[in-house]
Amino acid sequence: MTNDSKKAEPLRREQFSKWANKNRKWVLAGPSMIFVGLLLLIPIGWTLLLSFSNARRSVRRPFEFIGADNYLEILSDMDRFWPSVGRTFAFTGGALFFQLVLGMAVALLLWKPFRAQGIVRTIVLLPLVATPVAVGMMWRLLFEPNIGFINEFIGWFGIPPQPWLADPSTSLATLAFVDVWQWTPMVALILLAGLTSLPEEPLEAARVDGASAWQRLWLIVIPLMRPVIGAAVVLRGIDALKTFDLLYATKGKGGGSFNDVETLNIYAYGLSFDYNEYGIASAVLIFFFLMILAAIWGLQMIRKVN
Amino acid sequence: MTSTIKSSKPVAARRRRRFKWGGFGRAVAIILMVIFFLGPIAWMISASLKFNVQIYDTSQAFIFTPTLSNYDTVFDPNRGNYLIFIWNSFFIALMATALSLVFAVPAAYSMSRFIMRKSAMTVLLARIIPGVSLLVPWYFIFAQLEITGGYLPLILSHMFVSMPLILYIMMSFFEQLPEELEESGQVDGLTAIGAFLRISLRLSVPGIATATILSFIFSWNNFMFALVLSGPATKTLPVAVFDFIGYASIDWGALMAASVVVTTPIMLIALFTQRYIVSGLTAGATKG
Repeated sequence: MTNDSKKAEPLRREQFSKWANKNRKWVLAGPSMIFVGLLLLIPIGWTLLLSFSNARRSVRRPFEFIGADNYLEILSDMDRFWPSVGRTFAFTGGALFFQLVLGMAVALLLWKPFRAQGIVRTIVLLPLVATPVAVGMMWRLLFEPNIGFINEFIGWFGIPPQPWLADPSTSLATLAFVDVWQWTPMVALILLAGLTSLPEEPLEAARVDGASAWQRLWLIVIPLMRPVIGAAVVLRGIDALKTFDLLYATKGKGGGSFNDVETLNIYAYGLSFDYNEYGIASAVLIFFFLMILAAIWGLQMIRKVN
Repeated sequence: MTSTIKSSKPVAARRRRRFKWGGFGRAVAIILMVIFFLGPIAWMISASLKFNVQIYDTSQAFIFTPTLSNYDTVFDPNRGNYLIFIWNSFFIALMATALSLVFAVPAAYSMSRFIMRKSAMTVLLARIIPGVSLLVPWYFIFAQLEITGGYLPLILSHMFVSMPLILYIMMSFFEQLPEELEESGQVDGLTAIGAFLRISLRLSVPGIATATILSFIFSWNNFMFALVLSGPATKTLPVAVFDFIGYASIDWGALMAASVVVTTPIMLIALFTQRYIVSGLTAGATKG
């Protein structure tokens, strides 16, 4: 090593430090942007590409582009595709509605302090951190038509046993109920955070004016909470549309033998990994993705109008 | 908080009576709520401690002699080594979380300080996109690289659960952190990056803890990515639980024991870190 390079070393480090500080915006964000680009944007592009191709059977088999054939095929598929679109919306809509109602009730119950509040809050948190696959198995036993506790329980009130998950006409609603059990806490926590940041004055004023608790809820709390409720709907709605673990763990491939809980996500998964129809699966996924974006856009529009 | 305006006696009396009834109704509602959320979990745990005969017998629904035989079945080495699955889940969640932190924390700082809207949109995109649509291309790519079945594809895919979460939480955390502290650090001779590393990063330890816990939980719970990308040696716990359902009749006791083994570590973490979890899940939501 010569004297020159020894001197140059700290100089180069200083130059690098100067450069890094000047461009720190990109130096700090760059690595994660490259990661996201490699593993997110390229796959999305790849999916888009595959959706116009006849890729199937083997990953290594060469494929050709066949135009919009895959899209035409799924859009005319009244057998599997459109019913799964319907189920996706039915599941999400039903689950989301009850999560909002129950979530609001739970948030209101937890709002004002009471004894044992800490323990109750922690208990409410448990369903939401529980592993969805295990939650699915747990409810599978509870809803078992012959040995499950739920039929025993409704028997106490004189209600005859129900087939629940075993019957194609009740299975999707049953699983929406399980989704409500698991994710109501999430909605409740978001709403509770909103409640605790509400201004005191309007509520106190209404109380002094003699408004009942019910009136205060509908005329003051809910209107003030509208942005928080909107955020909860968007966050939970996106995840509910994409529900996979619970449905697959309880009903298996294809959403059960009658495809009775086959949502778009389950359908696309089955096409990809059970039938290896990558081209058609990609078309379904692109449609699904656009559908989610449209739903979010629609909700934003509603929020803006309000 | 509890002070009420006591203007005249009858009003106060009426209010006190109403409050009492309201308090009673509220207590009942809270108890029902606790049963609703806790009951199923308690049922799962109790069923995991029963022989299958006891599960079928309604007279032993609440009172029974517990057994650990189901846990013996779960950890029976002939069924596949459950300890390895526990390690796989732990290792993958830990690596995915650690790597995501290294990538995402500086990025979150940069995005919140320089208000990079387009980059933030990409983060949202990662939350919105259905996981299956990433799996197909990943499956292609990993198969071409011949690394399917190893740890690397699993860690990379689980980073897609962790990174958006960490970015989201840390961005809302850094937005609340005053910039003045960094500026005074720079006056004292720190470079801008030095101020980030020595001042902002130290102050954001609670935020990082929140992000770490949530990222670990959601990676541990993830089922779909491992279902496709894991091999026999890298199987994670949720996949192992799913594999308990064979074509034969279901061994309910063992299935419940397996489910308890997956969820209890996470629930224990949740018990002790409740506050962090709540603050992480509600981050940014109240801003609308």
